[in-house]
Amino acid sequence: MKTYPITIMINGRKEQLDVSSNLTLLHMIREKLALTGTKNGCEAGECGACTVLLNGEPVNSCMVLAVECDGAEIMTIEGLTESGEIKELQESFIKLNAIQCGFCTPGMLITAYAFLKRNPNPTEAEIKTALVGNLCRCTGYERIVQAVQDAAHE
Amino acid sequence: MINPLPRLPEFEYIRLDSVESSVQFLKEHQGDAAPFMGGTDLFVALRDRRTHPRYLVDLKHLDGFDELSYDAKQGLAVGAAVTLNQLISSGEIQEHYPILRMAAEQVGGLQLRNRATLVGNVCNASPCGDTIGPSMVYDGRANIIGPDGMRSVELDEFIIGPGKTALQAGEVVQSISFPLPPRQNRGTYLCIGRNKLSDLAMVAVTILAYPDDGSLSGFCFRIALSAVAPTVIIDEEAQALLSEHAIDSSTIEKAAQIAMKTCKPIDDIRASEAYRREMVYALTLRALHDVWKMLHS
Repeated sequence: MKTYPITIMINGRKEQLDVSSNLTLLHMIREKLALTGTKNGCEAGECGACTVLLNGEPVNSCMVLAVECDGAEIMTIEGLTESGEIKELQESFIKLNAIQCGFCTPGMLITAYAFLKRNPNPTEAEIKTALVGNLCRCTGYERIVQAVQDAAHE
Repeated sequence: MINPLPRLPEFEYIRLDSVESSVQFLKEHQGDAAPFMGGTDLFVALRDRRTHPRYLVDLKHLDGFDELSYDAKQGLAVGAAVTLNQLISSGEIQEHYPILRMAAEQVGGLQLRNRATLVGNVCNASPCGDTIGPSMVYDGRANIIGPDGMRSVELDEFIIGPGKTALQAGEVVQSISFPLPPRQNRGTYLCIGRNKLSDLAMVAVTILAYPDDGSLSGFCFRIALSAVAPTVIIDEEAQALLSEHAIDSSTIEKAAQIAMKTCKPIDDIRASEAYRREMVYALTLRALHDVWKMLHS
């Protein structure tokens, strides 16, 4: 299959890759860049486990083609952890036991991070609405919502 | 059986410099090429192997496709590459076309709406497409560009069946435009899904109403019913009743009963025909009461 050369900024580092047409951003991150913090859940844009920041905005990486990302800036959970940008959210998640199996957690954190940037003082209802695209099958969401509220108040 | 995690099938990604070359390519490869905007419906169809294009033609970067403009004389234009989150963040849409925003907020989650577009939602022509009812009551028009130039089609003529539009070979929708909304209008979008937020609508009702000296009741109502017929439908009979009779609880009740009869729902995985019909009645009743109150507040 035809491949395309692309250049991206991933977690602050420049990478040059050859990608096929049908390679998604999700598979590029996990398989070509070995950044497995981004999870592969539903591959249908429903569960949010694959959420990353694309040019600063949260997207489902399963719904984006790698080839579309030429010239784009991508941040994954690894990059946001290294930079310390989501430290408060991570600490709130740990403090309030907002994690059980952990599969949804990277996506949850990234969506919550992007949301708090837009809305630093959210209500509980606003947090629930913002996290609609992130499914968690363990916690029942209460702890997650509390953790986002806690991080907002930090 | 459907593979639970199928990869995208093979296709070639096409990104051309101009609208002209893109529509020419789509025409020359008719049946083999699919226009590609946000991809939020397309990727699901590709993974389920419901569609098999050889080429995906990306249009997001093309001139004019990212236009989101409001003009106090012309109204609103929403380009094909404008995402639902861009639409939701627009102060002008919130002020002048609030029902469009209400419906856009119902689509998927925050991440999905950073890719999903109004034009894509309309072109997908699903009977449950959230933004279609509001786009119809605001008299939206699809501005189509194709190998033979531009044309503009009213949305209720543009959508001709489930998943079917009036687009011809090589044609794509460049934008949807809306005239200025009627003065002093009020409206609402009510929908029911399996959960409160984010799920596909099982039933949705859009109402837009405004004072109208030309009607006997003094008001004009626009009523769109979603997910209860092969396409989103405008209930002209209920609209006529609300124009021709003084509006009170009994007229509103009758209009809701008409809506229940007008709709043609089916049984499917998300809801039964009977439940949908009951909900059309309940939502139309609630929406009409809400809007009637708003008109007097």
